[in-house]
Amino acid sequence: MTRLLETSADPGRRRDSDDGPSGRAVKKPIRDRKEAWAAAILLLPALFGFAVFWIYPTIRGTYYSMTDFNLLREPEFIGLENFRQIASDPQVWSSLRITAVFAIANIVLVMVLALVLAALMQRLNLKTWLRSVLLLPWLVPNVAIALIWGWLLDANVGYLKNLLDSVGIGGVTFYNPKAALWIIVMISVWSGLGYTALLLYAGMLQVPAELYEAGSIDGASETRMFFGITLPLIRPVIALVLVVSFIGSFQVFDLVQVGYGNNPIPEVRVIYYYIYQLAFSFHRMGYASAVSILLVVLLGALTYVQLRIMRANRSDLA
Amino acid sequence: MTTTTAAPAAVSTPVRQRSRFVPRRLAPGRLGAWLVLGLVVVATVFPFYWMVRTSLTPTADLIADSDRLFPTDPTLVNFRRVLGLTTTEEAIAAGGTGASINFLRYTMNSFIFAGSVALTQTLSCAAAAYAFARLTFRGRDGLFVLIIAGLMIPGIFTLLPNFALMRELGLLNTMLALVAPSLLVTPFAIFFLRQFFLSLPRSVEEAAMLDGVGPLGRFWRFALPMSRGPIATMILITFVGMWKEYLWPLVAGNSESTRVLTVGLSVFQQQSPNTRPDWTGLMAGSTLSVIPVLLILIFLGRQLVQSLNFSGGK
Repeated sequence: MTRLLETSADPGRRRDSDDGPSGRAVKKPIRDRKEAWAAAILLLPALFGFAVFWIYPTIRGTYYSMTDFNLLREPEFIGLENFRQIASDPQVWSSLRITAVFAIANIVLVMVLALVLAALMQRLNLKTWLRSVLLLPWLVPNVAIALIWGWLLDANVGYLKNLLDSVGIGGVTFYNPKAALWIIVMISVWSGLGYTALLLYAGMLQVPAELYEAGSIDGASETRMFFGITLPLIRPVIALVLVVSFIGSFQVFDLVQVGYGNNPIPEVRVIYYYIYQLAFSFHRMGYASAVSILLVVLLGALTYVQLRIMRANRSDLA
Repeated sequence: MTTTTAAPAAVSTPVRQRSRFVPRRLAPGRLGAWLVLGLVVVATVFPFYWMVRTSLTPTADLIADSDRLFPTDPTLVNFRRVLGLTTTEEAIAAGGTGASINFLRYTMNSFIFAGSVALTQTLSCAAAAYAFARLTFRGRDGLFVLIIAGLMIPGIFTLLPNFALMRELGLLNTMLALVAPSLLVTPFAIFFLRQFFLSLPRSVEEAAMLDGVGPLGRFWRFALPMSRGPIATMILITFVGMWKEYLWPLVAGNSESTRVLTVGLSVFQQQSPNTRPDWTGLMAGSTLSVIPVLLILIFLGRQLVQSLNFSGGK
């Protein structure tokens, strides 16, 4: 967040703040009043949407979390009862654990592979069309992705399943409870890899070529330059990608719901799925809201910690 | 839901020249690098190839052909039956369940849904972003922080109350309910476009200001046309994000008339028996859902890739 705000401190803005956003001690009151009116008009649609579909539901969701509400009758206020129930609901914790395992495995694998891929792109100077091929899985709906992989790993005639069988890796079928979570991880890595690599690659483009030339003159190896120059200098981009994909990973849903249907095996019941089930299958809207508040708090805390650890707002390049 | 918030990197300057550097010892390393890359490309493309290949296979050949790279007897019947262009008897003969599926309808719904949101949301967010970037008014910074904070809220938290709201308004299963929550705003678009407006040179606008052009005119006649690239990018990214959207259309518009392609696909899968899924039909349906983004990639891939460079760089 600090980084987001920092970017607003450009010269153009500074000049603006001389006029005083307070609206009182200003030099050109007429211009300012005109601007305020224009701003109101320009902001109206977006602010209307934000108020109705972001702020209002946030308030309402918070209220629901303290009610017993099944959509059919009026919500009934029960205080913190839902949260007390969460504490003793093993399904909440198991789905959080599953989601965390998914998120960590997904992020670690995507990050490592994407860094390698991005470094290769940087060195090989790929053509744009080749780079856009890598973007394909990111553009495709997860629903289609879940179906494609469900078919590739079909227990009877799945092409990939048979291929793996033939090289001695048996039992990798889509519905194998032991493999299921890892299959979701694999699919997710597959679909996010190209996109992440391109983001990192974009960060690498900012590293000045002279640094590599200097390193090369000093006789540094490729790997050494990667760890000594590239990695530290693109840290802000890495931090950003980490935070974004972390939040994204906790929201995994389509792959599970489409892949494993309306009553998924418990091994893949992620937190989003559980909340969805609570709300729309069990009609426990209040309880579902309480669990999603838990998720909000958890994600907020994790994001904060991540940003602190990575010190995302400090770039060695800037 | 997550895709449009995918790259909130600071964008202040256009991408600089790529760093060109040719390492000294090349041959073996470079060969290995190309090999790895080739592998990645094959792994990326193969599942899609397999999808198309299966969609062209007659259901009767599914098992016999399961390990062949090309269908022995390619056919378009799977496409015709998922598009609802065959009679029920024909569909059953071709291996379908005979349950009514109409991807033509779902595809159109997807286009209306994604297209209208992409256009309206981008325009509305561009207006707001301009105000945040270039105009002075009371409470501007606080308001901006509030909107950016919206990025941190997981979609499902607002989804539940939004569902309740649509239900109270009696709008469930209407196109309006589908588009409403994203039609006017997403914090990411405001953030992205504001960064761009901040980077525009002020001189043009100052000249216009001296000529007496008001703030609205400066937005409409200068800032907007000068930002054609980023605006187009934003429309494109939003379109793709909405095309992929699943959860909200599933809960808010899962009736035949408002069902979008993603939801249609998943309903189709649930109709197909678990023991013997209609894979040829499912892959035909999946292929249909991939075609539009594939076209985008072919014709606008360069722009899309560059927009990533733009948002990933700082």
